[in-house]
Amino acid sequence: MQPATACASSGLTIPWLRRCSSLRVKCSTSQRAHCASTSTADTAEPIEPIEPIDPIETDPEPDPEPFKLKPLPYPFNALEPHMSKETVEYHWERHHRGHVDSLNAIIQGTEFAEMELENMVLTSYNEGNPLPFFVHASQVWNHDFFWETMKPGGGGNPSGVLKYLIERDFGSLDELAKEIQNAALTQFGSGWVWLAYKAHRLGVGNDINPRPSKKDKRLVVVKTPNAVSPLVWDYYPLLAIDVWEHAYYMDYENRRGDYVSVFLDKLISWDVVSYRLKNAMFRASKREKMEKREMLLDKMKEATLRVKVRPTPKARPKMKRRQY
Amino acid sequence: MVLQLVMAPNWCGCGVASANSTKISTNAFKMSSNRFNFSKPYPGRAYRVTAYYSLTTPPYELDALEPYMSKRTVEIHWGKHHNEHVERLNKHLKTSAFYGHTLEEMVKATYNNGSPLVEFNDSSSVWSHDFFWESMQPNGGSMPKGGVLDQIEKDFGTFTNFKDEFTFAALSIFGPGWVWLYLKKNERKLAVAPTQNAISPLVWGDIPIIGLDMWEHAYYLDYKDDRSAYVNNFLDHLVSWHSVMVRMMRAEAFVNLGKPKIPVA
Repeated sequence: MQPATACASSGLTIPWLRRCSSLRVKCSTSQRAHCASTSTADTAEPIEPIEPIDPIETDPEPDPEPFKLKPLPYPFNALEPHMSKETVEYHWERHHRGHVDSLNAIIQGTEFAEMELENMVLTSYNEGNPLPFFVHASQVWNHDFFWETMKPGGGGNPSGVLKYLIERDFGSLDELAKEIQNAALTQFGSGWVWLAYKAHRLGVGNDINPRPSKKDKRLVVVKTPNAVSPLVWDYYPLLAIDVWEHAYYMDYENRRGDYVSVFLDKLISWDVVSYRLKNAMFRASKREKMEKREMLLDKMKEATLRVKVRPTPKARPKMKRRQY
Repeated sequence: MVLQLVMAPNWCGCGVASANSTKISTNAFKMSSNRFNFSKPYPGRAYRVTAYYSLTTPPYELDALEPYMSKRTVEIHWGKHHNEHVERLNKHLKTSAFYGHTLEEMVKATYNNGSPLVEFNDSSSVWSHDFFWESMQPNGGSMPKGGVLDQIEKDFGTFTNFKDEFTFAALSIFGPGWVWLYLKKNERKLAVAPTQNAISPLVWGDIPIIGLDMWEHAYYLDYKDDRSAYVNNFLDHLVSWHSVMVRMMRAEAFVNLGKPKIPVA
């Protein structure tokens, strides 16, 4: 057994190689040429043999923080005077961070640590029987979404496809604002109010569309309790308003209606909402195509199965040859 | 209680609602009693007295709970949240079949075994908040005495144990809720339980003894998100053992608690 070699010229140590291999990608061409020219073991300097590390045996250290607290897209005081610096600071630093830490503590080392956040929310919801870390995963996702929905100097009017859909499904922006206000004021306790793109055919009791139309792909206003989000109903959320009391209590005390109307007038970023809508429509149409394709494939499979094929041809009486 | 004079609506089967009708049914009510003389705006029409709930005042000044619960918190919590629940409840009661129920009856009936009716949230909130203000007193906290302490020690081991259990239950609530010390009727012992939103031990038939509001509006202005400080201050400085004693005395009329554990000298 030849001892490990070292390319003396380049100083590279490749402990598991008996000699420099021309196939090693890590060596540059000049190094390989050098090694090829000095291929005998005599010129190589033997090094103490090192135990090869078997990559299968040792697991890498589990990451203590699979999820990191996403920084805000603006400074804490950027949303003044509509949302005070104190509120933003406490909300992000204590509540949002608290959820991130709790989530990390629970999923560290489990198979969920590898998952994407959205996937984790859906998996942990478990169709109504949530796993213990659902609330943390969902709140992390919801809060990320919430901070991005706002921007300093927000408000104004939506444009483009979003404007068209709002007018088609709600009548006008004012009607939409009224729906959102109503949802916020009737959400008893804590929760979230959402505008979502509903592409799916299943109706869920919570969606409120004052102009139901035959088209499935429409905007709906949804309110959810505590930590739930419309992801679990297969909707595509477009905007989120946090109506937990910690989000507005220091600025508006109990006046949730005022908070929501200021949010819609002065804080919301319609650009982000439009972008999300386009994304949602694209994903929804792609998904529809895939579903159609799958349906067709299933139908074809069924059709082929139904065709009966005889293993042997049917026995027929032999025809007599006509004698002419 | 707020007494109101209204025109008798037709659905109650008595009185006349329309302005045009001249038929008056006076058999159901004798309006000419000496005690109850009131001037009728529209003479000749039948009237019915209705009563709705009103906002009860806490048994102390609004700033009496300082520094553990600031005046601003009490003003907003009582004057705006509690008041809003009372007004919404009254609005429901104008057209509800539960008009005339006492609050406790209404809470139990509208809970409907888990599928609450629309009046549940408001009626339960009104009852719970009344209970909450009475569960506190200025210079409260410290240790209970006598039979109450004996009962707590009998059911929790030590008083510190009870405080720990209460705090743990309070901090375990996700979202809005309440934490209760209540008397279990069937097992005849005290227990601690957290509940969500506006639920109270009334709905499962037990007798509440202490109620602590763990909704964020109860502590956010004073403690921000430091809930353990809020609960500890409540137990150490605010809880009214006097009202606990009164409630236990009343509960003993419904539950036989037997003799408390008296240590032998």
